[in-house]
Amino acid sequence: MYRIRFHGRGGQGMKTASRVLGSAFFHEGFEVQDAPRYGAERRGAPMNAYVRADRAPIYERGIILRPDLVIVADDTLVPIPAAGVLQGLDNRSVLLIDSATPEDEWRKRTNIGGPILVLPLPDTVDRSSLAMIGIACAGAAARLIGVISEDALEQAVRDELAPLGEAVVEKNIQAAMAGYAAMSDHAGTVSEGVPAAASGAGSPDWVDVPVEEVRLSGPAIHAGATSVEVRTGLWRTFRPVIHYDRCNHCNWVCSSFCPDNAISVAEDGRPVIDYDHCKGCMICVVQCPPHAIESVLEVEAAAAERRGSA
Amino acid sequence: MTRALITGNAAAAWGGRLARMDYVPAFPITPQTEIIETIAKWTERGDIATRMVMYESEHSMITGAGAAAATGVRVFTATSSQGLLYGMEMLYTVAGWRAPFVLVNVSRGLASPITLEPDHNDIMAARDSGFLQIHCATCQEVVDSVLMAYRLGEDHRVRLPVIVNLDGFYLSFTREAVDLPSADAAAEFLPAFDPQGTEFRAGKPVSQAVAVLGGGTYSYFRYEQHLAAQAALPVYDEVAAEFNDRFGRLHPAIESYRAEDAEMVFVMMGSFATKAKDAVDRLREAGIAAGLLRPRLFRPFPRDAFRSALVGKKGVAVIDQNLSMGMGGVLHSELASALYGAPDAPRALTSFVGGLGGRDIAPAEFYEMAHATLRAAETGETPPPRLMYTHSELREMRKLQAAAHVERHEQDIA
Ligand code: SF4
Ligand code: SF4
Repeated sequence: MYRIRFHGRGGQGMKTASRVLGSAFFHEGFEVQDAPRYGAERRGAPMNAYVRADRAPIYERGIILRPDLVIVADDTLVPIPAAGVLQGLDNRSVLLIDSATPEDEWRKRTNIGGPILVLPLPDTVDRSSLAMIGIACAGAAARLIGVISEDALEQAVRDELAPLGEAVVEKNIQAAMAGYAAMSDHAGTVSEGVPAAASGAGSPDWVDVPVEEVRLSGPAIHAGATSVEVRTGLWRTFRPVIHYDRCNHCNWVCSSFCPDNAISVAEDGRPVIDYDHCKGCMICVVQCPPHAIESVLEVEAAAAERRGSA
Repeated sequence: MTRALITGNAAAAWGGRLARMDYVPAFPITPQTEIIETIAKWTERGDIATRMVMYESEHSMITGAGAAAATGVRVFTATSSQGLLYGMEMLYTVAGWRAPFVLVNVSRGLASPITLEPDHNDIMAARDSGFLQIHCATCQEVVDSVLMAYRLGEDHRVRLPVIVNLDGFYLSFTREAVDLPSADAAAEFLPAFDPQGTEFRAGKPVSQAVAVLGGGTYSYFRYEQHLAAQAALPVYDEVAAEFNDRFGRLHPAIESYRAEDAEMVFVMMGSFATKAKDAVDRLREAGIAAGLLRPRLFRPFPRDAFRSALVGKKGVAVIDQNLSMGMGGVLHSELASALYGAPDAPRALTSFVGGLGGRDIAPAEFYEMAHATLRAAETGETPPPRLMYTHSELREMRKLQAAAHVERHEQDIA
């Protein structure tokens, strides 16, 4: 069985990418199981999607603990422990990252033993469209696995995106094929994992859960306003940036409309965005009467910030 | 017939579509919403001649479902978790009307604490409502079970509403390959709903759901409902056999996987049971004769079928993805009552609770359950019920607890 995990952020098309790969397997005659994993969060929150494919019926379910291939569409997720990008990678599992950072650097940072590949995408792939990167990753994965033909991949893109119209489908097929072509030297690098035997599985390490006082065992956080501790700013894929030269301090429309109360008004009347909690919904961008707020790709904004502070 | 990759939610919607549902009262709730979104899309585009109405709550949605079914139309509806509980009063009420319809429940753990992920406590809460219950393990089963549920509930020997249950996330959002019967084949299997003269009309009014005082009258109606539910057992077998004849897929009341010659048998419900099949295969490779029994039909409970399938076994490990506070796993209790007094009953009947709130059940846990159950059969000493919970999970919990308390400390100072 092939076990594949896609990691990205909500809104980066990971669900669609996993479905394209799933459908491509399906067209090649495989049994398939694919699913996105997300919680209550919205766009920008770390999420993953997985695909299982086998010639026999699939009995495994839920999270993939021992992946054969992990695809990371957003390299800022690698250092976030909760994203679980590196979970279960062993010496034979392949890690494919869409990143400007080279492979040897990723090997140093992640300290994993298996093959690491950075996805080189030609300029024809529209990098400002996050969904395109997802589709290119699906194409790259198809080639790495080695048992999926271009025809099956193309048909899969059509299956998943047909309702969006022919122009969108064509653009996505191009992106998928670009990813597919980029991995031609590594075709078939990913191999099927074999099931682990029952005999070597070890003990499940169960514990007897003790009876505890309600102050400990009741589901309460003993403080108010704890949601401030949740850095929802990490969920952003786009960042709203205020151009103060254009801001006319209207009635702070941006601040009133922000659903997360992330825009406060400073003493001098300037609106200030709290990037720890701005989720990047872009409502302020749409609402600002003089169009003083710009939407910038988060990766680019973060890079510019690093350059500024260096 | 077409074969397609679809989610459990889409499979549920397809079940209703192939059953030619006339009326769909609806209310959204995660992880069920995709079902009503799918049906809404079809009605909007005119793909199906179904009337869909959004209600203001599950309580009125289930009332509406029962009332519409009592007029003699075919009704489909869906909910999950808190929504099922919010409609609970009407669940009991409409079941007593004896008006059949299908309610799909997408299982999700109950508050508190709140979660979106699945376990079976929501559906267990509806256990005694009078609705029959079919539990699915795959997306294929979801579409098939909805069709079968109409045949079962509408049968003149039964006439009860049916819940088809599927797990949130593990089925609801998971795509698997599904054979969709053609509309014609589905219609041949499931003819139009025949209300047998019990439907009410404006011109032919009925006083539905009368009040009765005096326990004798009440007892009669309640017991009739119970007898109808029990009568559903042989009817289910007929329906399953005919479904198999037509579509080549057998969905028995209890699915049996390598259980016939097994020494130890897992018993569990829902989608995680496919994980148990994997564990059974691995255990067999390691020389342990394991098997699996999975009740698809939970109400009525296939008591006799369990007895005959389990007599002579060394041990049975019951895995409950639910928890009856102060008692333990519900399926374990029911199985114990079914097996009590059976000649040559299994020597050990162990109880494991796991998969609460979507928690995974690891292969090593299945193996340990098998070993513990066989040990119990050997020694005659059955271990106490066990929550599947690891040291590392408890360590994580300790970190969260520390954080929950540290913050208070800071505030106290401030
Ligand atoms: S994008 Fe604007 S409106 Fe949205 S959360 Fe951020 S600051 Fe608020
Ligand atoms: S809405 Fe635009 S103009 Fe008004 S305060 Fe905000 S940024 Fe300035």
